[in-house]
Amino acid sequence: MQTQLTQQEKTPFSSADLRAWGLVALASVIWFTLYNVIQPIANWIAYRLLSLPQTSHLGESLAFFFYDVPKIILLLGGMIFLITMLRSFFSAEQTRAWLGGKREGVGNVMAAALGIITPFCSCSAVPLFIGFVESGIPLGVTFSFLISAPVVNEVALVMLFGLFGWKVAGLYLISGLTIAIVAGVIIGRLKLERYVEDFVWQIKVGKGVNLPEQPSWAQRFQVAWDSTKEIVGKVWLYVIVGIAIGAGIHGYVPESALAGILGKQAWWSVPAAVVLGVPLYSNAAGIIPIVSTLMEKGAALGTVLAFMMAVVGLSLPEIIILRRVLKPQLIAVFVGTVAMAIIITGYLFNFVM
Amino acid sequence: MLTIKVLGSGCANCKKLEALTRQTIDQMGIHADVIKVTEYPDIMAYNIMSTPGLVVNEKVVSTGRIPSTAEITTWLTNALETA
Repeated sequence: MQTQLTQQEKTPFSSADLRAWGLVALASVIWFTLYNVIQPIANWIAYRLLSLPQTSHLGESLAFFFYDVPKIILLLGGMIFLITMLRSFFSAEQTRAWLGGKREGVGNVMAAALGIITPFCSCSAVPLFIGFVESGIPLGVTFSFLISAPVVNEVALVMLFGLFGWKVAGLYLISGLTIAIVAGVIIGRLKLERYVEDFVWQIKVGKGVNLPEQPSWAQRFQVAWDSTKEIVGKVWLYVIVGIAIGAGIHGYVPESALAGILGKQAWWSVPAAVVLGVPLYSNAAGIIPIVSTLMEKGAALGTVLAFMMAVVGLSLPEIIILRRVLKPQLIAVFVGTVAMAIIITGYLFNFVM
Repeated sequence: MLTIKVLGSGCANCKKLEALTRQTIDQMGIHADVIKVTEYPDIMAYNIMSTPGLVVNEKVVSTGRIPSTAEITTWLTNALETA
């Protein structure tokens, strides 16, 4: 094992790399084959095996369930693998180096974009925050990063793509970026540096740029495979339960039944969606299929997007972690600004669509 | 003599890394001190941006992920050779 590792370091393409590429190619073929046979199989199970009539509510609900569950799980697996692969070319250290010395404005846009692609877990929010502000990156630019990283959530993005199509997924991506940029600029303008906990400014960060070394292809694939297993393992049950509830609504609740409470006419539905969304963090994967069915029944797109972003972007665990470095006033400004930005986005979509 | 530090505020991955490191040391049959560094000012002294971090004889070898047993073995062996 040890000799193998040293070999990998010497040549850009080792035998381990070639084997990994081969496995990935094989997995891609299997993935595409599966993705193309699930619709006929779902119809076969619902209408032939269980011999339910094509027009029945139960048949329709079951065909929907047997198609959507494997489709979403395949999409999640495939896309998360690709996204983690892409992320292995970025690092928080590299991002900090890129953001260093950037003015506000340009810095906010770059930080929001890098927030999507830099590997980030909310458990690292504190070292990342300290690392950013200590190296002189403005507070507002740091917040653009800290907002976009969770608001543009990869699981949510993939599920929106699978259940709503690329337009809604694209809208979600663009609004998430815009919210991160605008909220970061506002927080920057407010000059809130005094509401960062004092110990942060006293920390002596070790010197020297500590860029991690580049992993080999085999290692990148391994990391991508591990996190795909981890994420799909964490969310698959929520996906099934969410789609089961969604399938039930799909077959049984009449069209536009919800237009009155979740439609455009109900002005209060956007803020209500945001307030409901904040405590629901861990269930993002289960909520989207339900929400997608609610939309079929007359809920407005803006309300749905606002709900989504509140669920993934304003999570209680992250707020609690950030409390270690931010005074309550700054936490309040952070939550308030992001919530306002999400609400405005929701109204905007309800208004234009 | 090896001094190994696990940097992290106590998240799940930090605990996994500590357990894996101790396990690797036992497997290799070597003697090493494993120290947990949990306070942010102490963690940031190593200039890392993501946790968990692994430090062998004051050199940061890994950040933001849980390395494999093979990788940890290589780092410890290298550190033993240079020490």
